[in-house]
Amino acid sequence: MPITADHLTYVYGGNKKLKTTAVDDISVSIDDGQFIGLIGHTGSGKTTFLQLLAGLIKPESGTVLIDGEDIFAKNFDLHSIRGKVGIVFQYPEHQLFEETVFKDVCYGPKNLGLSREEIESRANEALRLVGIDEAIFSQSPFELSGGQKRRVAIAGVISMKPKILILDEPTAGLDPAGRKEILGLVSDLCREQKMTIILVSHSMDDVAEYADRILVINDGKLAIDATPREVFNHKEELESFGLSLPQVTKAMVRLKESGIPVNTDAITVDEALNEILRVIK
Amino acid sequence: MDIIKAENLIYEYKRRDEEGNIEGIDRAIDNVSLEVKEGDFISILGANGSGKSTFAKHLNAILVPTEGTVWVDGMDSKDEEKLLSIRQTAGMVFQNPDNQIIGQVVEEDVAFGPENMGIPTEQLRERVDEALKTLGMMEYSKKSPNRLSGGQKQRVSIAGVLAMHPKCIVLDEPTAMLDPAGRKEVIRALRALNEVEGITIILITHYMEETIYSDKIFVMNKGKIAMEGTPREIFKHVEELEEYKLEIPKITLLAHELKKKGIDIPECVLSDKELAEALKKLV
Repeated sequence: MPITADHLTYVYGGNKKLKTTAVDDISVSIDDGQFIGLIGHTGSGKTTFLQLLAGLIKPESGTVLIDGEDIFAKNFDLHSIRGKVGIVFQYPEHQLFEETVFKDVCYGPKNLGLSREEIESRANEALRLVGIDEAIFSQSPFELSGGQKRRVAIAGVISMKPKILILDEPTAGLDPAGRKEILGLVSDLCREQKMTIILVSHSMDDVAEYADRILVINDGKLAIDATPREVFNHKEELESFGLSLPQVTKAMVRLKESGIPVNTDAITVDEALNEILRVIK
Repeated sequence: MDIIKAENLIYEYKRRDEEGNIEGIDRAIDNVSLEVKEGDFISILGANGSGKSTFAKHLNAILVPTEGTVWVDGMDSKDEEKLLSIRQTAGMVFQNPDNQIIGQVVEEDVAFGPENMGIPTEQLRERVDEALKTLGMMEYSKKSPNRLSGGQKQRVSIAGVLAMHPKCIVLDEPTAMLDPAGRKEVIRALRALNEVEGITIILITHYMEETIYSDKIFVMNKGKIAMEGTPREIFKHVEELEEYKLEIPKITLLAHELKKKGIDIPECVLSDKELAEALKKLV
């Protein structure tokens, strides 16, 4: 189920003086099963772009095609994409509300009008996928740890069986182990469940490690669309966008500047290790 | 003198049922004793739920100990008469800048704290301008905070604390919601406040690389202080940190792996610069 933005534009504020173009003529096509990293400084238009992709707001001009269908066309049933495109907002645990973990995860599929057996089997599967133990299904979601709460909230979205999963900074505020856990989970959903992932992150290290392709948004425009290695080759440009390099790439640039003849395109610790060993040995 | 001293600090949250009866007790801080020297840059690391934030809230008496004592610049945090003076000594900055900014205009927001302390108007002006200048936010003094980036908002929050002339600033994950440029701005500002103004900084963070310039790191685990030392002493212990759900900075990990492959570099490299210096000798 490919998803395509076609000259997508969104303008905030009716009043002429206050008009801001949050998304400015973005065209991009995302294939099935890709892991996309979406980066850009605060206020660059990332979140508005995501909301458009999920059909939560309507564009000023341009459109979004899901599986070739124009989701903003008059005769299109927008409700039908709720089961196809899942969106995990920032701090999703703030949206937990039910008495038990299991009931909370059932809420989404229940609204899709499914049978009781189907709802429960989906909730079971989603909770299993995010690694929540059956022993805590009947606990209140509010008694869980931060990382657990977030996994339950993600299960609530996965239980809708989306083909495309959008996550807006899912690791903000988590400890390193919690971050790894969530990103590992998202990566498994991509590789094993073949979900298309669109991950918004402020951590260059994380997108370098997990994404197949990175979209850089700046000033509402799609500024760079490339592989992580290519994107992080644009040091000055990224810095001018308020972004930075992964820590190891930054270190490789430093080594090169100090006269050590390394290639600076390593983006992970392993790549940097091999490159340094190549030069030193 | 120690600006912060905790002795056998215990803090317990009481869980209550719907009628208000106590159902259970959770010990969030479990017998913590520590000292912070005035003028130090301190980082506190620990997993979610390890007690970091609860501890931080003791440093300006938002919480008072269940047992044990916390002294802030020699003042016992349980002494209610000292409350204002404690809050003036140790200011706090939180994670979400949008929850801390209340003024319609940047300079009004920064004036809020000192104004409540009863600082006379003419001095108020001076303090606000000085704080905004120190944080590099003077040119935004007449702007609406809503228009600022995340990093700028956090710098306004820090300026608001600074205008109260604290000896110590406690920051609870101030960069968690910021983009890379914002994080850099905030960390740079904290280092300058520490080095130039001599203000004690206590930084709680989940980003290991933000702590490499600290004088000392405390690692919390299950309400206790599990490790204490300089960044170099702490980040040597890769496995132990993993056990506490933490990690080491990527550069330190890279150097660690190089050493394992037989490359002759010092133990526990922390920065790009150190790595470059160590490797230059080998090329």
